[in-house]
Amino acid sequence: MRRSVVIVGGGPAGLSAARVLVAAGLRDVLVLERNPGAGGVPRFCGHRGWGMLDFSRFWTGPGYAARLVQSAAGAEIRTNASVLALHPGGELDVSTQDGIERVAARAVLLATGTREAPRAARLLPGTRPWGVLNTGAFQEMVHAGLMVPFRRPVILGSELVGFSALLTARHAGIRPVAMVEEGARIRAPWPAGLVARLAFGVPVIAGARILGIEGGARVEALRIARGGREEAIACDGVIVSGRFLPDAAFARASHLGMDEITGGPAVDAGWRCTDPAYFAAGNVLRPARHSGAVAREGMAAARAILRALGAAR
Amino acid sequence: MTAPHPEATGTFDVAVIGAGVVGCAVAREFALAGLRVALVERGADILSGASKANSAILHTGFDAPTGSLELACMREGARRYRAMHEEAGLPLLETGALLAAWSERDLAALPGIVAQAHANGVGDVRQVGVDEARAIEPGLAPGLLGAVLVPGEAVVDPWSGPLAHALDAIAQGARVLRGTEVTGGRREAGAWTLATTRGALRARVVANCAGLRGDLVEAIARPSPFEIRPRKGQFVVLDKTARRHVRSIVLPVPDARTKGVLVCPTIFGNVLVGPTAEEQQDRERAALDAEVLAGLVAQGSRILPALAAEPVTAAYAGLRPATQHKDYAIEALREDGWISIGGIRSTGLTASLGIAAHALHLHAEHFGLPPRPPRVAAPRVPNLAEHLPRPWMRPGRDEIVCHCEGVTRAEIAAALEGPLPAGDIGGLRRRTRCMLGRCQGFHCARRVMEIAAPSLPGLVEAIAGEGR
Repeated sequence: MRRSVVIVGGGPAGLSAARVLVAAGLRDVLVLERNPGAGGVPRFCGHRGWGMLDFSRFWTGPGYAARLVQSAAGAEIRTNASVLALHPGGELDVSTQDGIERVAARAVLLATGTREAPRAARLLPGTRPWGVLNTGAFQEMVHAGLMVPFRRPVILGSELVGFSALLTARHAGIRPVAMVEEGARIRAPWPAGLVARLAFGVPVIAGARILGIEGGARVEALRIARGGREEAIACDGVIVSGRFLPDAAFARASHLGMDEITGGPAVDAGWRCTDPAYFAAGNVLRPARHSGAVAREGMAAARAILRALGAAR
Repeated sequence: MTAPHPEATGTFDVAVIGAGVVGCAVAREFALAGLRVALVERGADILSGASKANSAILHTGFDAPTGSLELACMREGARRYRAMHEEAGLPLLETGALLAAWSERDLAALPGIVAQAHANGVGDVRQVGVDEARAIEPGLAPGLLGAVLVPGEAVVDPWSGPLAHALDAIAQGARVLRGTEVTGGRREAGAWTLATTRGALRARVVANCAGLRGDLVEAIARPSPFEIRPRKGQFVVLDKTARRHVRSIVLPVPDARTKGVLVCPTIFGNVLVGPTAEEQQDRERAALDAEVLAGLVAQGSRILPALAAEPVTAAYAGLRPATQHKDYAIEALREDGWISIGGIRSTGLTASLGIAAHALHLHAEHFGLPPRPPRVAAPRVPNLAEHLPRPWMRPGRDEIVCHCEGVTRAEIAAALEGPLPAGDIGGLRRRTRCMLGRCQGFHCARRVMEIAAPSLPGLVEAIAGEGR
């Protein structure tokens, strides 16, 4: 059976696309989500500020994720379903709890989202103790796992997500000892740095060169250089934040052309990949934008898919 | 002396100090021979010193010093590993190696490399022309002048094999005492009493397999004839999407100082670039250097240009226990009830089973052996190799926790149980691959902690908050 549309990834982009496709009357839309629950990254972001662009609301992340799933009712959402490979013409190998199967669709939308560059991909120097985590992993531990891996970490990076890490830390009773930025100035818009200093009492150190993470079994310090001086900031963890990357490994391993600048699949102005059976939308294309913008893009890509399917009919 | 070690009363036949690749293989060999063995490890888990970081290659010994003990142990070790691959399912990926010449100087060195390989008994090594080399490894950069093909070089899982050896030793009656650092010892009435951080331990013979601390442990018996000079090797691991660009182990022509940087597939489906060779004093910590890692990435792309577009998945550094000598330092001290197994540097993974056979031979010659007991069936270790079936592929599979490496909840739970459960987070990673993939735990760290934290205290603490 060849479905009309299969969507890979059940986050804001994928579920918003499903919502549009279902509303247009498609009854055989399949969303493949590899996690046990759909909703994507917002599922684990406890603070408010979600749903403003796409639902005109101010929900928490988990609340927003639940609405996304609800709004895609009418599509089949298959969780624990992990895509293994993309084949020409819209055929996918998928691992589910029933085994490995081949799924075919007239159009496939890749909406696999983004993640932060881990420590290794940034070639961060030093030893490799426990306690070095991306913001995403840290927030998921706090909000979904009710556990913390450290008490006085350094936050590395000053994009908005670094300030999100500050909020999560405060929620969990964690006191970050510093926010360290390698660039000359804070990356998040004003007045984020001021807020960090005044509201959280966390010093923000910009223009720092990272000399190394130190520690044996656990993190002991972050060694930096600034203004010609070296210093070791004592800490018990490092939150490695920002520098989002497209989660596009199976696109890169496939026949699809890639965009060398973004690291995601190459698309035309209508979200179409180099194989016309494939489309891509959301943060897999150019990480990372806010969920509302991503959701809107998912909807726009869905309308492009509807036009393409109509033309092919 | 102090109270006895809580898990080890009575007198052992042999105390093997150090549960690295060598200690695990030696303990197994002794246990199979009917000796009562204690395998004593300072770390929280086995393989926590030099053995946790290497290039995971099963070498032929084609370039080892001719006539050396190292070569003999490598040849025997590789032969035995291959037999265990057939009989016990230890993973092996037959890739072969290509030693590539990029300069006239390199090219001129190739006949000598072939001659040495033949002298070492590796008869299938031969020089190949550019066309044949490119047929074997199509992605090689322009400018190739020639190559030497070493068909027998292969890729292994560096951790499952030693884990299998340790489990086999346990099945044969050995005790594995982790978190136990040997701090001293004295010999009285034909037996050693070893002082450890967890109490005293008695054994008739000590086998020193202490790797990076080999000379410190040796000093318990005598002034050490070898001095450990830690040599750091840094590696970069490229994404699994890079694997399609690399078929074999691509080696450089070595110079007088170092074997140089290689590019090779890993058995887990990644591509490895490294190692460096850097002398240092510290025996414990191997730090990564950003410039060195960037240099490795660049070097990999110079050899195989398609690698330039591939992301870095991981970076690691290991320490090899080199000494001032060129060969292994293995000998038995008959009067002292002591077997020294020192200076097992980068070839230890290949040679470990051969070293174990040699150590047993020394034990038999100097200290005797009991009648060989019946063989208890060897326990099987879970497969982690990418080219062989994994649990996530099976119908009825469990939840996949780590998507990058295809690790199921059941595999993580299993690694925390049994006769030798993971002793720390590194041990859990080595046993399952969880958090070792391209996202390095971004997606799975929380779920892994939920499963593992009760068994591995100290990683996370619970906090108050709303329910899930």
